[in-house]
Amino acid sequence: MSAPLISVKEMHKWYAGVHALKGVNFDVRQREVVGLVGDNGAGKSTLIKILSGVHDPDKGEIYIEGEPVKIGSPKAAMRLGIETIYQDASMVPTMSIARNLFIGREPLWVALGGVGLIDHERMRRESMKALADVDLHLRSPDALLAELSGGQRQGVAIARAMHFKSRVLILDEPTNHLSVKETAKVLGFVRGLPAQGVTGILISHNLHHVFESCDRIVAMARGEIVFDKPVANTSIEEVQDYL
Amino acid sequence: MADRSARRDLRPAGANAERMGEGAVKNLFRIYMEKPELAGVALLIALAVVFEMRSGGAFLSGDNLRGILGLLPEVGLVSIGVTILMIGGEFDLSVGSTFALTPMATSLLIIAGVPAFLAILLGLAIAAAIGFANGFITLTFGIPSFITTLGMLFIVRSLTVVISGGFPPLLPDDLNTSAFTQFVGPGGLFRASFIWFVAIALAASAMLSLSNLGNWIRATGGHLEAAGAMGVPARRVKLFCFMLCSTMAGFGGVIQVFRLHSPLPSIGDGLELQAVAAAVIGGTALTGGVGTVLGAIVGALLIRVIDNGLVMSQVDANWFKFAVGGLTIFAVVSNAWLRRTARRLRVEA
Ligand SMILES: Nc1ncnc2c1ncn2[C@@H]1O[C@H](COP(=O)(O)OP(=O)(O)OP(=O)(O)O)[C@@H](O)[C@H]1O
Ligand SMILES: [Mg+2]
Repeated sequence: MSAPLISVKEMHKWYAGVHALKGVNFDVRQREVVGLVGDNGAGKSTLIKILSGVHDPDKGEIYIEGEPVKIGSPKAAMRLGIETIYQDASMVPTMSIARNLFIGREPLWVALGGVGLIDHERMRRESMKALADVDLHLRSPDALLAELSGGQRQGVAIARAMHFKSRVLILDEPTNHLSVKETAKVLGFVRGLPAQGVTGILISHNLHHVFESCDRIVAMARGEIVFDKPVANTSIEEVQDYL
Repeated sequence: MADRSARRDLRPAGANAERMGEGAVKNLFRIYMEKPELAGVALLIALAVVFEMRSGGAFLSGDNLRGILGLLPEVGLVSIGVTILMIGGEFDLSVGSTFALTPMATSLLIIAGVPAFLAILLGLAIAAAIGFANGFITLTFGIPSFITTLGMLFIVRSLTVVISGGFPPLLPDDLNTSAFTQFVGPGGLFRASFIWFVAIALAASAMLSLSNLGNWIRATGGHLEAAGAMGVPARRVKLFCFMLCSTMAGFGGVIQVFRLHSPLPSIGDGLELQAVAAAVIGGTALTGGVGTVLGAIVGALLIRVIDNGLVMSQVDANWFKFAVGGLTIFAVVSNAWLRRTARRLRVEA
């Protein structure tokens, strides 16, 4: 069997006195969707923020397809094909949808040393496509993020992650504040990731959502992984006992 | 501009109640976010009309416009720099001191025999170094730039007085400053410095709205964590803004000193607050992320127009600061009102 897509070994993270991760070992295989569950403060967001380059681990290694990697910045994570939709607002409300979709990765028509002029035409065109690809039909990519509903913002965040054809999509509580209908849409989308060749990590407090859209359940408690089973071999009741 | 029907599509599902006036207010919100300087422009036009009438036609005369436009580049450059830094989410209170130190250093170098062109570049390098220090200290120690640059305000002003030797040195009489000071344009309407100003303003404006760097500045000021998570090198972006702001302030100072032909160590005193006022009057948000170069210019121009217009219409000039103060508060209050109104409507929707 080939090496897992992502492999985290003996990961530790301290925040000023809080031991948030206590030697976490965590594997994600190609084209599976892992559901990451656990109580508030269990360390889920901390773990995925390390994978997406927002935080540095204090100890431990990360391997991608068996190769040791250092993920020193969000940019580095993106280069490795890891896209993340964060629990806390991950977009800039005062900017347009199109600009938000491309912040940090603007299409340029002329550049020098990484700085250059944005190809607005292309950015608008690709924005429309990126939104349509995730079935989000907003007529103008010029609307400001602040003008959108929570669900629409989440949709834009997903569109952004998908547009850059990531290998791994991490979603940290993406269904918070969403209506039933919008939640179903996001979950359906997560379920469809493997078919698009994308691996997923879904964090949620709703076990029904996780069971509905994931292949494997991993539970964390107090900075440790306490449970790890394929969905087919477990039940909501069993997982609940570990939380 | 998107039309109304497109806007309706963006509504959250289920929000179909078409409340009276809501569309208008929401449109106002978008207009404020994208063209925050519009209110300032309207005010500028209104004031020009009032002053023109009260002064019996003297306000818009060539002579008077020459006076207003001749001084605009100096304050305008500072305002643009401060505005860009504010869009990036930081403040600089040391611009007034940098405005004095840069030309002081440049003048002393010229007096010491350094070619003027090189002396200006070295002066600007010192200004950039001040900006770097502001940014580095602020970001490394995680303290408010308000405090860092307040400290720098005193430090740099003190340095200016110290290196001047206590009395203003004299620029050589044969120093050719025509590249900044000669009158050009139809009827000699403005000084050459105005052309520098326009060119820099255009470049700054293009940088903000057309380049990826401009995108990063807005993102960094609009939502720091999100920008960082999306791969924007937020720290470097802020450092750049600090350095740009100081450099522009320094250049403004150089232009003023060449106009006066003497580097007074006291110039630019209080300028930092005028620049913040200009930025805010021009629609720059104190919270970062929102603002335009045009807004900075409109704000600076408004302040100049008030200054000049009061004199022209024979109002006691001591009302000047009163007017600028009132305008600043009015601008911030109305912007805050716009945001609050828009937010409340969103929550209800
Ligand atoms: N930036 C931070 N600074 C200090 N402590 C932090 C920080 N982020 C998280 N922590 C602490 O680390 C621990 C793990 O937090 P984390 O955000 O990873 O939990 P979580 O599992 O995502 O919880 P939730 O379900 O509430 O989102 C908590 O005790 C939290 O207080
Ligand atoms: Mg979390």
